[in-house]
Amino acid sequence: MDKYITTPITEEVTADLHAGDYVYITGTLYVARDAAHKRMMEVLDRGEELPIDIKDAVIYYMGPSPAREGRPIGSAGPTTASRMDKYAPRLLDMGEKAMIGKGRRSPEVIAAMKRNKAVYFAAIGGAGALLSKCITKSEVICYEDLGAEAIRKLEVENFPVIVVIDREGNNLYETSIQKYRKI
Amino acid sequence: MIRTVQTNVIISNIREMCIEANHYLSKDMDTAMKQALITEESELGKKILGQLQDNLGIADEEKIPICQDTGMAVIFLEVGQDVHFEGMNIEDAVNEGVRQGYMDGYLRKSVVRDPLERENTKDNTPAVIHYAIVPGDKVKITVAPKGFGSENMSRVFMLKPAEGIEGVKNAILTAVEDAGPNACPPMVVGVGIGGTFEKCALLAKQALTRSVDAWSDIPYVRELEEEMLDKINRLGIGPGGLGGTTTALKVNINTYPTHIAGLPVAVNICCHVNRHVVREI
Repeated sequence: MDKYITTPITEEVTADLHAGDYVYITGTLYVARDAAHKRMMEVLDRGEELPIDIKDAVIYYMGPSPAREGRPIGSAGPTTASRMDKYAPRLLDMGEKAMIGKGRRSPEVIAAMKRNKAVYFAAIGGAGALLSKCITKSEVICYEDLGAEAIRKLEVENFPVIVVIDREGNNLYETSIQKYRKI
Repeated sequence: MIRTVQTNVIISNIREMCIEANHYLSKDMDTAMKQALITEESELGKKILGQLQDNLGIADEEKIPICQDTGMAVIFLEVGQDVHFEGMNIEDAVNEGVRQGYMDGYLRKSVVRDPLERENTKDNTPAVIHYAIVPGDKVKITVAPKGFGSENMSRVFMLKPAEGIEGVKNAILTAVEDAGPNACPPMVVGVGIGGTFEKCALLAKQALTRSVDAWSDIPYVRELEEEMLDKINRLGIGPGGLGGTTTALKVNINTYPTHIAGLPVAVNICCHVNRHVVREI
């Protein structure tokens, strides 16, 4: 089912998102991947504040290619989410409500999603040029020295994603392949 | 007769090939992707394959890389034994070509200098370079930028000879099933069988650079390629891992003699952005 949502992603929003829904997101996404997540954990370990407002936020696991002149960003598709599994539960417990990536998640992440009423979206892996067209603005907000791994704030319009794991723990990766499995 | 090849020719070609590989699919891959859109049975799978077609169109027209992971540059250099390079050290020349391609082509810099200290080199060098000395006076260059979503899902299995062809089939299916949605299906599966631990991994990488519209010349290997492609597409993983009949576009298998005690098998998985550009100088 096609759905159109805007950020922030509150509990009211996630209540209506179910595994298999095709969702178009408009609003703000934060971008962070491996190195930025590692630094955010170090920040928290030191008792300092996160560089982003995590409450009801969406984190997009992505590292873009450089922007050409006149464009906000280069190619901008999802990276493999499981590399962030070690870090995600802590951010979910702090209020993060959605993650965008590709690929499977760990039982620990899924438990944290259920506990915090959060969802996991997949964007189409390898469609970075197409997805970049939905990004209207991109700004590096910290960790600029990490290059492609810096934390960014994106403004997006009708950014296409699919609910893979919903807040009840229903998992499209597990259910959708059964119909086509003939081995 | 010794033929002199200037290393600045190597540099400029590798520069262009890095940019080309990241913006356009080779013809064989492009045809396979279009064919998949016709044969895919899942509605969502068709939708995803359609969007991947749109993505290729945008990459081409607007010069945006097909995928943001523009890879670590894997370069095969087959150097004729009658070639003499003039200019700079050939390894430096290859890396200079990669540096220029990734800087000038707005490609992502994804290489860290040390695997544990992890400081980005900021120009995507060094490349991974495989040299071969071959007869003749030409230089054949293959540029194959490799993304790590799929590279991370690749495997080496040191099987026992007694496990035989069934063991090989199981190894391939295990690697593909474990890769699932993480490797950005539809994927291309490169398999190396034989050699030593490192040789079979290299065979698998070379298998990925083979055209996806041609089968092995060895009859039993071709049969194995066909059987494994069919089996993989019965796993149900489908485009984006969201269910469907197109999990792999092709299985390419390369073989090599091995030791009486061994049966090494390597499975190198590549996403649908299977980049390989070849030029002969």
